[in-house]
Amino acid sequence: MANRILQALLALTILALALAPLWAGRADLRLLMEVLAYLALAQMWNLLAGYTGLISVGQQAWVGLGGYLFFALTILGGVPVFAAFPLAALLTAVLAVPTGWVAFRLQGAYFAIGTWVIAEVYRLVAAQVGALGGGSGISLPVAVAKSIAETRMGREYVMYYIAFALAVIAVAGVWLILRSRWGLALTAIRDSEVAAESVGVNTMRSKFLIYVITAGLTGLTGAFLFFQKLRITPDAAFSVNDWTAFVIFIVVIGGIGTIEGPIIGTILFFALREVAADWGTWYLMGLGALAIAVMLIDKRGLWGAIHARWGLSILPVSRNLPD
Amino acid sequence: MSLLSATSVTAHYGDFQALFGINFAMAAGETVAIIGSNGAGKSTFLRALTGLRPTTGQNIQFDGALIAGLPADAIHKRGLAMVPEGRRLFPSLTVEENLQIGAAGGRAGHWTLDAVYDLFPDLRDKRRNGGTELSGGQQQMVAIGRALMSNPKLLLCDEISLGLSPKVIKDIYAAVPRIQAAGTSLIVVEQDVGQALAVADRIYCFMEGRVSLTGTPATVTRAEISQAYFGLNTEGTAA
Amino acid sequence: MIWVNAILQGVLLGGLYALFAAGLSLMFGVMRFVNIAHGDFIVVGAYAILTAIVTMGLPPVLGVAAVLVLMAVAGFAGQYVVLNRVLGKDILPPILVTFGMSIILQNALLEIYSADSRKLPTGTFETSSIDLAGGLAVGVLPLCMFLTALAVIGGLQFVFYRTALGRMLRATSDDPEIVPLMGGNNNRIFAIATAMASLVVGIAGIWLAMKTQFDPAAGPARLLFAFEAVIIGGLGNLWGTLAGGIILGVAQTLGAQIGGGFQILAGHLVFLLILIVRPKGLFPRMKG
Repeated sequence: MANRILQALLALTILALALAPLWAGRADLRLLMEVLAYLALAQMWNLLAGYTGLISVGQQAWVGLGGYLFFALTILGGVPVFAAFPLAALLTAVLAVPTGWVAFRLQGAYFAIGTWVIAEVYRLVAAQVGALGGGSGISLPVAVAKSIAETRMGREYVMYYIAFALAVIAVAGVWLILRSRWGLALTAIRDSEVAAESVGVNTMRSKFLIYVITAGLTGLTGAFLFFQKLRITPDAAFSVNDWTAFVIFIVVIGGIGTIEGPIIGTILFFALREVAADWGTWYLMGLGALAIAVMLIDKRGLWGAIHARWGLSILPVSRNLPD
Repeated sequence: MSLLSATSVTAHYGDFQALFGINFAMAAGETVAIIGSNGAGKSTFLRALTGLRPTTGQNIQFDGALIAGLPADAIHKRGLAMVPEGRRLFPSLTVEENLQIGAAGGRAGHWTLDAVYDLFPDLRDKRRNGGTELSGGQQQMVAIGRALMSNPKLLLCDEISLGLSPKVIKDIYAAVPRIQAAGTSLIVVEQDVGQALAVADRIYCFMEGRVSLTGTPATVTRAEISQAYFGLNTEGTAA
Repeated sequence: MIWVNAILQGVLLGGLYALFAAGLSLMFGVMRFVNIAHGDFIVVGAYAILTAIVTMGLPPVLGVAAVLVLMAVAGFAGQYVVLNRVLGKDILPPILVTFGMSIILQNALLEIYSADSRKLPTGTFETSSIDLAGGLAVGVLPLCMFLTALAVIGGLQFVFYRTALGRMLRATSDDPEIVPLMGGNNNRIFAIATAMASLVVGIAGIWLAMKTQFDPAAGPARLLFAFEAVIIGGLGNLWGTLAGGIILGVAQTLGAQIGGGFQILAGHLVFLLILIVRPKGLFPRMKG
């Protein structure tokens, strides 16, 4: 019963978000775009870390690459905006293959720091590309931005629906993957890698595939984020704090290894930011302390604790047997 | 004077209950054998005694004090040492370093490096070797020596004959009288009933987490043991 | 000759990286634990010595002693109170807790010291040099830094292989579960290991403060250098870590000869190359 109410609430929220341009002001719309983009990033990191156990601290590599590839395709290649988005995502995923080939040589916590080193390599290389402004970055020509809509408000609406689509693709994509046969294998890996191997799941291949898929979608989100900002610099594009630390905090505070966790975490993160962003460094310290507190008190996170206590589940991925 | 007494000890692994109210007592100077098949709860019981499994709120007395709920290192310092199942030598330490680690608790007494080398002369020549470069029997000797180095009042030996040849088992058990002579009491956990009966003053037989039989080697019969061990024979009742 | 000089400077810089790496290597060796805030703790050490000597005006010897004691005590307490509670099979909690610490430390330093770059002035110590044959010269400060690295790693090596404490640390590294059966207390042993690592972190921080400009955000780069030195050298081998630091230092100074933007990049690329060719590092000793 409680689950039904929560599901109805979710449906209403989705409907309200789909109609946001009707009720939200320009500033609210901008905030919602950011919220939806972060939700997509959080779902991707959660799929990677929560289900395959690959703790990446280098997701900024994909955000940055997606952004830079999008700028390169539109500015240098003259590719239309709507073709540049999927192309940037695809190329990011392609680059994730050799990257993963190197990073997978490291295990556990060393994998985490290894992904960070690789992200740094991408940042330093981006800073060497003179055609994209080198270390000081580059702005998107007005003509490119105007190609999606003539008026300013029109552009805002189009961008909003890109963000909306991104979040829907991320949440629904994770849900569909987890409900598939393959998702069953992933859940098995999460619960016990040894047991999964013993029943014939190829854990290495599954992990690699998830690594590449999440890189592609994270790259797509990066392309959107910098299209919206209209300017990209290596430091902003490959920021570990913005694109990895906050995302990890969102997932862990909300509840890792669940689809609902990143949703709750994203809402909480932005609610907290709206209230406390003026506190500057104190706000960031509080966020770090909150993440530490979750690990010390209940490492399942907010939704994990709720789910364990009341059995609530908004987006069930386990298929119940018919009665 | 009771050295060790345990009353109604229970243990769970998640939903699975491994021990159902074990009552156990032994006096100083005794050697007690615990026998039983795989999964009878013998190792779980030893892990509870040593503190490797938490036993908060239970009643286990050792040497006149309550030890249930204490951490394993604190129990060890009171003079209760264990030779763990599978020997568990430290692979990056030499034989001598493995023995020295055993003395880290700081109890003085009969057992020193020299005393251990006298007990197991094979080890003296191998003292600089890595602990895991030795034969299985020699590794077991290091594991026993390592436990003795803390000069325990009570030594727990978990399946020390496992995986060893009869000749090697005989050599190792030949050391038991000298350990007893140094004033150490023993609990020997064995699947090998013959070996257990040969060294023990008293035996406890465990089955499915309960004590199914107690007695002395002289008073229990083979038939009683078979029944208490396997639970096969339904005639008669276990003591 | 420019290249020979670059290599020489790189070797000496490698000493600093080995100092960064030794603490990380030690904690991983004993606890299989990687501290994401490692670099930030080095920077905390740098600010601590700056405060002790410049702000409080303590004599250098006293300042150094105060910083080292402070770091060791903080390391022991932090491990005992917080980190021991999250160590275990699951690697996420320790990564996350130290990631959180990293964010907290960077912002706390920003709040206290502002974002300006700082450096500990050392007068003639940083300007004097020793002339070698062929027009080469070695700075006294980099040379002392390198010798400190040798001494620290030699000292750690001595503790690990020649003392009862080191024996216990190695035993804990092998099989922490049964160490309590030998009377060892894992929580205490871990805290001692972290105290030792933090002492080395303090030494590294003091040299960082004398050698280069640093700011509150300087930590993550130091973590990455330390990590690279450890992996290049091979897990569990302290002399290998020194070799790893030297290789990284030389790669960076040679990269800097190509162009300013290539200094750090060259170091990262050499690291990745070695990771591809020798995933276990050049001189591995430890499994896993």
